[in-house]
Amino acid sequence: MTELMNVEQVLERMAGELQTLFRGRNVEAPLIIGIRTGGVWLAEDLQRRLGLDDTYGSLDISFYRDDFERLGLNPQVRPSELPVDTEDRHILLVDDVIMSGRTIRAAMNEIFDYGRPASITLATLVDLGSRELPIQPDLVGQRMSLKDGQRIKLLGPEPLRLELRERKSQGRMSPERGAS
Amino acid sequence: MTLDVTPSGSDLQLTTEGQLKHFLTIDGLSRNLLTEILDTADSFIEVGERRIKKVPLLRGRTVVNLFFEASTRTRSTFELAAKRLSADVLNLDISKSATSKGESLSDTLLNLEAMASDMFVVRHAQSGAAHFIAQSVTPGVAIINAGDGRHAHPTQAMLDMLTIRQHKAGFEGLRVAIVGDVLHSRVARSQIRALLTLGVAEVRLVGPDTLMPSDVSLLGVRVCSSMAEGLADTDVVIMLRLQKERMEAGLLPSEREFFRLYGLTAEKLAFARSDAIVMHPGPINRGVEIESAVADGPQSVILSQVTNGIALRMAVMSMAMSGQLAERTRTAARPGDAA
Repeated sequence: MTELMNVEQVLERMAGELQTLFRGRNVEAPLIIGIRTGGVWLAEDLQRRLGLDDTYGSLDISFYRDDFERLGLNPQVRPSELPVDTEDRHILLVDDVIMSGRTIRAAMNEIFDYGRPASITLATLVDLGSRELPIQPDLVGQRMSLKDGQRIKLLGPEPLRLELRERKSQGRMSPERGAS
Repeated sequence: MTLDVTPSGSDLQLTTEGQLKHFLTIDGLSRNLLTEILDTADSFIEVGERRIKKVPLLRGRTVVNLFFEASTRTRSTFELAAKRLSADVLNLDISKSATSKGESLSDTLLNLEAMASDMFVVRHAQSGAAHFIAQSVTPGVAIINAGDGRHAHPTQAMLDMLTIRQHKAGFEGLRVAIVGDVLHSRVARSQIRALLTLGVAEVRLVGPDTLMPSDVSLLGVRVCSSMAEGLADTDVVIMLRLQKERMEAGLLPSEREFFRLYGLTAEKLAFARSDAIVMHPGPINRGVEIESAVADGPQSVILSQVTNGIALRMAVMSMAMSGQLAERTRTAARPGDAA
């Protein structure tokens, strides 16, 4: 298990870039929404760094996934929490990793069921490439590529750190529920 | 008369991996699975609080409400639950159609299957009907029991458990009283099973002898003939509906007599703990099982039972569909393939 990035530093840089980005768009207070689980820790962190008053939201996308037929229902689904109305808000959607883009597709569909946002800006800590949908983050912490059988995991909440994991077992490989 | 009227059929409800694929009875389901159902329902409660109260889980699927016994309220909540899962819903009021002309249950089912349904929600006057249908139906179709004869009403019991969990920290240590016509109540049977599986400290059945099952040899269940004894120090009081037929059958002298001895008044509620909650599966008979002051009072959680009913049914329906799909996938995989 190796540490892959100085998460603290990267988040500080991202916060700065986000401030510039939102200022340029005349957005005073974006509503931060993190995707469970890793994205929520990041949402809380960025909320602090950006000095925002609003409570951040956390999204569980289990009900919006496109693989219900293959994987069934996530037995660990938890309620989403959006304590603030999303109607007409500028949303900052945050996740730890983007890969295929399917998680973000699901998250956006879910956000729209809460109300029509004014805009959605996407920030991810890691971009692993391998997109299967035309969805791109507005801001990325670090780009990486993994070898077969490798996975990264954000650990937290304190301190936040990124770990590389090798999948040890051969043979029975069930579709990765975490694939994003 | 024993409490378990028909064989448990628990294997029938579960996939080889222990996931739900039909929801027929509480009997045979583990505490973990019951807890998973409640946890999943929590997420669906949140869906009911959104602007757009809908998730795409059952989009494109057809859910058929097969009610051989009329019931507006249960059927409506199932209908709403299915629609909030984005399913297409068909309401078949079978009590008025072919079976009354003598068509057998099997034939009715065959005809319905031609409509390519994914799920049947079944209510029937005969105990065991839901099991029978689950055994006969094409693999891949989920059956949800909305009440069969005197046997079980598992979704009602689970929404009651959900309600209890919302108001009490957990199930351990709880004393729960179930009051009224336990003998004829499929709801009570399912509730007792659920409460015991979830680990409550004690279940007390309260009512006249004529309305109590004769064999209550389940550990953790106590029969009490007075409200004073039955409600003492309880955390939860569940009132069952008293049907008029019981008076007509001579099992009770009158509604007034029942109310005098077993009706939940503020006075009798005082035997329970001051933070006890009052529940009723509905529809309530004011002045028979319960007085208005209590039904509408601060300890009553009757209205939240209704909201919870939708979320609970969404949970059960999506879990059952999920289990059916998992089994379909497993069956389709060739031997030796990675699952």
